[in-house]
Amino acid sequence: MWEYTDKVQEHFLNPRNVGEVDDANGTGDVGSLACGDALKLTIKVDANDIITDAKFKTFGCASAIASSSALTEMIKGMPVSEAEKITNEDIADFLGGLPKEKMHCSVMGREALEAAIADYRGLVLPMAEGEIVCECFGVTDIEVRRAIQESNLRSVEEITNFTKAGGGCGKCEEKLRAILEETVSVAREIKIAEAAPKRMTALQKIKKIEEVLEREVRPGLRKDGGDIELIDVDGDFVTVSLRGACKSCHKSQTTIKEYVEAKLRELVLDTLIVEEANS
Amino acid sequence: MSQKNEEIVYLDNNATTRVAPEVVEAMMPYLTQFYGNPSSMYNFGGQVGEALKVARKQVADLIGADPEEITFTSCGTESDSTAILSALQSFPDKRHIITTRVEHPAVKNLCDTVDTLTGHKHRITRLKVDEEGMINLEDYKAALTEDTAIVSVMWANNETGVIFPIEEMASMAKERGILFHTDAVQAVGKVPINLKDLDVDFLSLSGHKLHAPKGVGVLYVKRGTAYTPFLAGGHQEHGRRGGTENVASIVGLGRACELAAAKMEEENTRVKALRDKLEKGLLDTIPNSMLNGHKTERLPNTANISFEYVEGEAILLHMNRYRICASSGSACTSGSLEPSHVLRAMGVPFTAAHGSIRFSLSVYNTEEEVDFVLEKMPEIIESLRKMSPFWKGD
Repeated sequence: MWEYTDKVQEHFLNPRNVGEVDDANGTGDVGSLACGDALKLTIKVDANDIITDAKFKTFGCASAIASSSALTEMIKGMPVSEAEKITNEDIADFLGGLPKEKMHCSVMGREALEAAIADYRGLVLPMAEGEIVCECFGVTDIEVRRAIQESNLRSVEEITNFTKAGGGCGKCEEKLRAILEETVSVAREIKIAEAAPKRMTALQKIKKIEEVLEREVRPGLRKDGGDIELIDVDGDFVTVSLRGACKSCHKSQTTIKEYVEAKLRELVLDTLIVEEANS
Repeated sequence: MSQKNEEIVYLDNNATTRVAPEVVEAMMPYLTQFYGNPSSMYNFGGQVGEALKVARKQVADLIGADPEEITFTSCGTESDSTAILSALQSFPDKRHIITTRVEHPAVKNLCDTVDTLTGHKHRITRLKVDEEGMINLEDYKAALTEDTAIVSVMWANNETGVIFPIEEMASMAKERGILFHTDAVQAVGKVPINLKDLDVDFLSLSGHKLHAPKGVGVLYVKRGTAYTPFLAGGHQEHGRRGGTENVASIVGLGRACELAAAKMEEENTRVKALRDKLEKGLLDTIPNSMLNGHKTERLPNTANISFEYVEGEAILLHMNRYRICASSGSACTSGSLEPSHVLRAMGVPFTAAHGSIRFSLSVYNTEEEVDFVLEKMPEIIESLRKMSPFWKGD
């Protein structure tokens, strides 16, 4: 029997906000029947970017249902800009913790929230783009990397607990180990870079920005038939140019600020300002 | 504690069973005044040795064996390991094992790791089952080779209750001089077994599945069968299993076997009728529900039912609110991230496998309990389906 906190049990037995928001303007659908859990999150965001309503439908175990219920409680009344900062750890903490084997339930909550926000903004998540590492549960390398970074994972077993990757036939274990080693060493480099940001030369900075654009940003944009090009880096000012479908997209400004800039600030330097080149 | 337990509706008897009051009564003297070592020379030990003799006879009688063919072990898993590893040691040149895809982990995982354990490479044939969980005897026949050291096939499946044609399978192995082991942990006490008439060389049984305590099992070894002990040590159990005997539990197991023989008919009439009522009631009142496993070739106490579009652990925890105990083959309850290997081997679709519940009854269940479950289950399933993104209404 799983050791569930009273709060998990309470949310499981009396789930809040079950159903679908009638006039939802953001939907996040994650998981599948085959995987054993799935969550459909619908949100209503008003003109001031406040989440006024959120409902869920979940197929899954007690902790999946409790995580979904907790998530809707957490985000109702919250500005989107706040909600998007919610991590799976926040969801687990809200419930007073989850058994480690069940952390993937909170990850599913965070993924559904991200998907719903992206849907509201008309964006495509980069998650779906990565390469499938675990075929049993359809987990991509991007998802695995992210879980490693966000939750500070240090073993393949932990990766399985958080993402389910490797929990089926186990054939991807070596791949997961490789991703783990690579991600941990990259994180170490980044940490070193962060510790001495001033010492980053202009050339190093440009190289790093190129790397992040290639690895984290392009895959998502390309899925929509778009692309991005780095034009110039002058001090903290990064000039980029959107290509293809992105160029004519009315949400291009949002893409640049909330996606490209956020990524570069997170992974390169937190003072960077990204601007679109005048074409 | 004991008072509270009275309210429990315990339908998980394939997991473990209540220790029969008569069994506790039989055991008590051996936990209190008769604490001698059965191997000692004085009367105080010798009388304990006598109690073991009685128990050995009681167990032998239930399965149609001779007392000297009975070796007491610590559990079903130990019996399984002993039988299979003994056969491999007896025939060191043979490197093939036949088993099924639906074995209990005690056999399944042993076969998975047998190469590491023995230091030899083995070929393992895992017989497939059809959608009713039944084996194809033609497949089995084709798998038997000169290189086969042992066949290990369960008598009845713990998850579905499906009964394999052990009599026929054992004869087919015997004809080719191949040892045959059956894990009969779920079958003993529920269906009649007469080993005198069978070509079974090894049979495992477990005390706690038939109202004896946990921590005691039996390995039956047919007279004349090559045998190598798993636990080397003292001369206990005629040198077949070292270690001082778990006297009280063995005495309890003996009594439990006696009771099982006396209640065999009840198990196959009253308990079966209760199981059938439960099964039919659930399938009739809950849409998108289905039985997993063969309709007739099945233990009289087991019903494994899938409720589509809902997940097993969630169902169990709702049942837990009403103190109804059962099991599930869902991923979240299997201890892994995938649903039960038995249901997957049967090709049960994911829509159903994750929502499978196993109800397993015993002679202690009543009609009132079955009615209570039939009253509660529809609302539990309905409430979870309302929450499920896959449920589109009846």
